[in-house]
Amino acid sequence: MTSRIEFRSVAKTFETSGQPIDVVRNIDLAVRPGEIVTLVGPSGCGKSTLLNMTAGLFAPTSGTVLYDAQPVTGMNRRVGYMTQSDHLLPWRSVADNIAAPLQIAGMARTEVGRRTEALIEQVGLAGFAGSYPSQLSGGMRKRTALARLLAYDPDTLLMDEPFGALDAQLRLRLQIELRQLCRKFNKTVLFVTHDLDEAVSVGDRVAIFSPRPGTILQTLAIPLPGDRDMIRLRYDPAFTKTCAQLWEIMAPALVAEEAK
Amino acid sequence: MKIWLWRTILLVLFLAAWEASGGRLVSLFFISRPSLIVAKFWTILIDGTLLRHMAITTGEAIAGFIIGGLAGAALGLLLGRSKVLAETLDPFIVAFYSLPKVALAPMFILWFGVGLQMRVLFTAVIVLFLVFLNTYTGVRNVSRELITVFRLMGASERHMMRMVILPSAFSWIFAGLRLSVPYALIGAIVAEILTGDAGLGYLVENSAAQFDTPGVFAALGGVMLLALALNAVVRLLEKWLMPWHRVEEQR
Repeated sequence: MTSRIEFRSVAKTFETSGQPIDVVRNIDLAVRPGEIVTLVGPSGCGKSTLLNMTAGLFAPTSGTVLYDAQPVTGMNRRVGYMTQSDHLLPWRSVADNIAAPLQIAGMARTEVGRRTEALIEQVGLAGFAGSYPSQLSGGMRKRTALARLLAYDPDTLLMDEPFGALDAQLRLRLQIELRQLCRKFNKTVLFVTHDLDEAVSVGDRVAIFSPRPGTILQTLAIPLPGDRDMIRLRYDPAFTKTCAQLWEIMAPALVAEEAK
Repeated sequence: MKIWLWRTILLVLFLAAWEASGGRLVSLFFISRPSLIVAKFWTILIDGTLLRHMAITTGEAIAGFIIGGLAGAALGLLLGRSKVLAETLDPFIVAFYSLPKVALAPMFILWFGVGLQMRVLFTAVIVLFLVFLNTYTGVRNVSRELITVFRLMGASERHMMRMVILPSAFSWIFAGLRLSVPYALIGAIVAEILTGDAGLGYLVENSAAQFDTPGVFAALGGVMLLALALNAVVRLLEKWLMPWHRVEEQR
């Protein structure tokens, strides 16, 4: 099976006020279709840069990013983006926000209405179709953003700390829903986080990054079933062990950084 | 509720002090007296003088407001979306912005004479600048991430403008319009004082020229009422056109 996303010895250098800064280097990573890969590492280690290159916002300085075996050139419309801020349009109701990508695609009005209704149901927002984002809680706004993402049906979701600003309980619930929805619609996911627990509980596989310039220290398959019970994960020895293992891998680099 | 009581007391005290001092402590010529001013106001209200002049000023302010507002918004959208154009024009805009617009009045008289046309265009220029700057800031303030999210959805420049940029800039445009209300009045009234044969500015100027102090105060009262009314109209329009702001206030 070909990889959905493949990074081949990718490096990216940015220029900031004349100074070149290596953000990432020596990135080799292949993501299979339908797989959820979490990227974990200290902030500023270039995790988001990988998402941006997958979306085609900019090209790598060296190496190649392949999407379905084709090099990414320009905007990659097969991916959807979700960040910490939900980017809903405040002047549109929940239903109209979710409908936006369908309207862009030029879908007929009745079809848009039907699809939107189904999506609202799926993400558990029934009864809030007419509300404006400013009337919703943080969690509901995330659900709206997720529904909008699913509406235009990209095969890959790029998520950059999407649940970063939420409280722990809400985060857990959205993590559960995200996994369920991604399994159901067979989405490939690249999920950036700096939270080790989240990296383990959400991912099928996790790539651990070093501090900047970011490289992948190690890639681990997470020894948990696909239909894991995320609420009881905390009591699962495999979960605890994997989290500890991640920490073991990340710690030396962090300690070295600290000593500088 | 209590604050209203304090306000009323303050107002009553102020008017009483004014009434008492006018003609006794200070000559009536300078400050007149509230009772005389109210009487004068009533006279010019009843004989239609005030409303006639007010209608003229309102017409000028609104016409200037519409012309200047539309031109300012269009210019702001254009420069907001075109980086090259914006960077090229930037120093000229700053230079022109720092110029007090009132200083342009003599030139406008030279160009357009002393008629209605001059007064409307002068008002329009003042409004244009405020609305332009607000619109421009509004367009520039649309987050790049938001634009990326919509580009990835496949939005064309036309979709982008209609779905994202215009509505984002809308609340800024309206902020600019609301800010412009007093300036539109300044424009209209300064122009009337300088050139007028009609309008509230003319009424103020003409009363002063005839040493009719109550008349000056009565005309100023008219200006104040007009400003309040125009502000209220813009606020109502804003509520009606941007319902999502209303729900924000409720929270």
